[in-house]
Amino acid sequence: MTTISPHVHSPRQKQGFLAWLWMWLTTLDHKKVGILYLCGGGFFFLIGGIEAILIRIQLAVPENTFLVGSAYNQVLTMHGTTMIFLAAMPMIFALMNAVVPLQIGARDVAFPFLNSLGFWLFFLGGLILNVSWFLGGAPDGGWTAYTPLSSEYLGSGMDFYILGLQVAGAGTLMGGINFLVTIINMRAPGMTFMRMPLFTWTALVTSALILFAFPALTVGLFFELFDKIFGANFFNATNGGNSVIWEHIFWIFGHPEVYILILPAFGVISEVIPTFAKKRLFGYSSMVFATVLIGFLAFMVWVHHMFTVGLGPMANSIFAIATMAIAIPTGMKIFNWMFTMWGGQIHFNTANLFAIGFIPTFVMGGVTGVMLAVPAADFQYHDSYFVIAHFHYVIVGGVVFGLLSAIFYWWPKMFGKFLNETLGKFTFWFFFFGFHFTFFPQHFLGLMGMPRRYFTYFKGEGLEAGNLISSIGASGMAIATILLVINIVITTAKGKKAKGDAWGLGRTLEWSIASPAPEYNFAQTPLVKGIDPLWKAKMEGNKKLTPAEPLGDIHMPSPSILPFLMSLSLTLASFGFIYADINGMGALVFAGIGIGLMFLLMLIHSLKDDHGFHIHKEEIIETEKGAE
Amino acid sequence: MATNQSDINVYVEKQKRKRELQHYYVSFVLMILFTILAFAAVMLRDSINDYLIAIFIVTMAIVQVVFQLYYFMHMKDKDHGFPSLFLYGGAAVAFLTVISFVSIIWIS
Repeated sequence: MTTISPHVHSPRQKQGFLAWLWMWLTTLDHKKVGILYLCGGGFFFLIGGIEAILIRIQLAVPENTFLVGSAYNQVLTMHGTTMIFLAAMPMIFALMNAVVPLQIGARDVAFPFLNSLGFWLFFLGGLILNVSWFLGGAPDGGWTAYTPLSSEYLGSGMDFYILGLQVAGAGTLMGGINFLVTIINMRAPGMTFMRMPLFTWTALVTSALILFAFPALTVGLFFELFDKIFGANFFNATNGGNSVIWEHIFWIFGHPEVYILILPAFGVISEVIPTFAKKRLFGYSSMVFATVLIGFLAFMVWVHHMFTVGLGPMANSIFAIATMAIAIPTGMKIFNWMFTMWGGQIHFNTANLFAIGFIPTFVMGGVTGVMLAVPAADFQYHDSYFVIAHFHYVIVGGVVFGLLSAIFYWWPKMFGKFLNETLGKFTFWFFFFGFHFTFFPQHFLGLMGMPRRYFTYFKGEGLEAGNLISSIGASGMAIATILLVINIVITTAKGKKAKGDAWGLGRTLEWSIASPAPEYNFAQTPLVKGIDPLWKAKMEGNKKLTPAEPLGDIHMPSPSILPFLMSLSLTLASFGFIYADINGMGALVFAGIGIGLMFLLMLIHSLKDDHGFHIHKEEIIETEKGAE
Repeated sequence: MATNQSDINVYVEKQKRKRELQHYYVSFVLMILFTILAFAAVMLRDSINDYLIAIFIVTMAIVQVVFQLYYFMHMKDKDHGFPSLFLYGGAAVAFLTVISFVSIIWIS
């Protein structure tokens, strides 16, 4: 994906591969960081997908010996960890980076340096996790890393899990803070909160959830790190610790985490469906209310992952009711999307197919969610394939459908070219049917008693047919993904160029500027007069939005290599801690060097006076002419 | 007339700054006083009930946090809605979590 925007004005502009690499390593432009997130997330999505295929190959037939014991545990742990932390999260950030500043009429994010630092921390954290394959084995304690199993009984893989997630999690937290401040402080004149597009609203609530949830993970991982490396006893029951506390900490983070993932997907659907139904979003204010309510309830339900721990009927019933309550705001959203489509002029292109396919698929995942929220029934479902089916229906059927819809919808805005629609529709149908064939039978496998995380099952238990169908279905999703990659390669080489309002139906501000957006986004900050400002302007017969300021020089931040170097130094520190556990405390020297380097780089960043640079008025006029 | 008006504005600004400085001094002195009182309470633990001392110290701490946030970190000023929202939101989430731990989940 070597899409270099034609509007690069950075002072360091040079030619050649090294200059190109330097540009990507140092960029602070939120649109480029978004592309980096998309590439990073896409890369890990492919790795996680390969791991999924390996799992399905092992389970395709009974008593298979393709992946046995610890090898299987490593693949399943890395599949879950990679997909949640290294594929879904960065893809969400890719969309937020690419779209949110454009939707609120901002020139940049609030903290461009932090934004870039967040990306590099995520990417290097992901690499720390994945190099474990070559350095003595990947983590094998499940993506939830329950103690004491993962802190006392497993090998060095869990060190990579702890440090990799610690680094990637720090990056996510930074990204969340950046978007909170951006959305609160940098909206264009007239863009009140109740005029913000729904995707921006969900980005705001998701960022708030990140702010409150990720510190819990950070603390939990530190506890586990201290238990493993320095012999602390937070989770060691024989020395007075309590291993259930890890479960609490993990799920106090982990439940908001799944809402962090699904809320932006809701936002995408709320953008795509009105656009391609040519109607305003039905029940805008109730959608906002539902988003905020889901965000709030996200923190009140973590115990529903722990019904079988034995916390007692009182705790279980309270958390069961809180969990069921979430179905109400979610149901509001589902009905609002359907009412939006009702009587609309629906365009069935790929983005909209994914959005429409999302609705029934996600409802099925939601319904099994309410079933799982009943504690008495959960004792039956717990740790069975029923749970696997449920969360793949909400995470693949919800988050991934939303992400794919968003990729097709905003691709022209990010890269200036359309993805191929024919190939796109093949992607959709292969993915849709592949997905349902894979996960629908797993409900029944679970009800028949197949436990999750086991590497095999026996003949004659009635599990053969369901597993075989499931494995065949998985190949459908693999084909869809390969088609998408082919689509990206072909259209990058010779795709149809997109206009500013690429679909001709754009409603929100991002479609009022050129595709891809120029480095400064808006030559003149627009004046927002209502919900869907671009649609409003078009209906009033205006070609352009009313500007809120005269044309002038635009101030931009200078590119910087420091975020990359900072992330490298923390990576060095992480390997110091990992090898302190494997080879003895001598390796802590490297941890010290890494952390020292980090502080040095922070000092350099604080002391170095960098006032950025200006894009001059003449240059802007020239660029805007080219975009016409 | 115009100069007169600007003179008044300058005067009002000055008074405001003076008032703010006074607030700083008063709250600073009070915070030091509360800290001394908290230490004093612990020093007198032979003659006062332990629970009373605990409650007293925690109250002093809360009052100090309020002073810190409102007077030194400007939360009493205008346009601090979002910091307050997130502070109170975070406090509410933390409070509910702790309450559920001590009341229905019984972590011990």
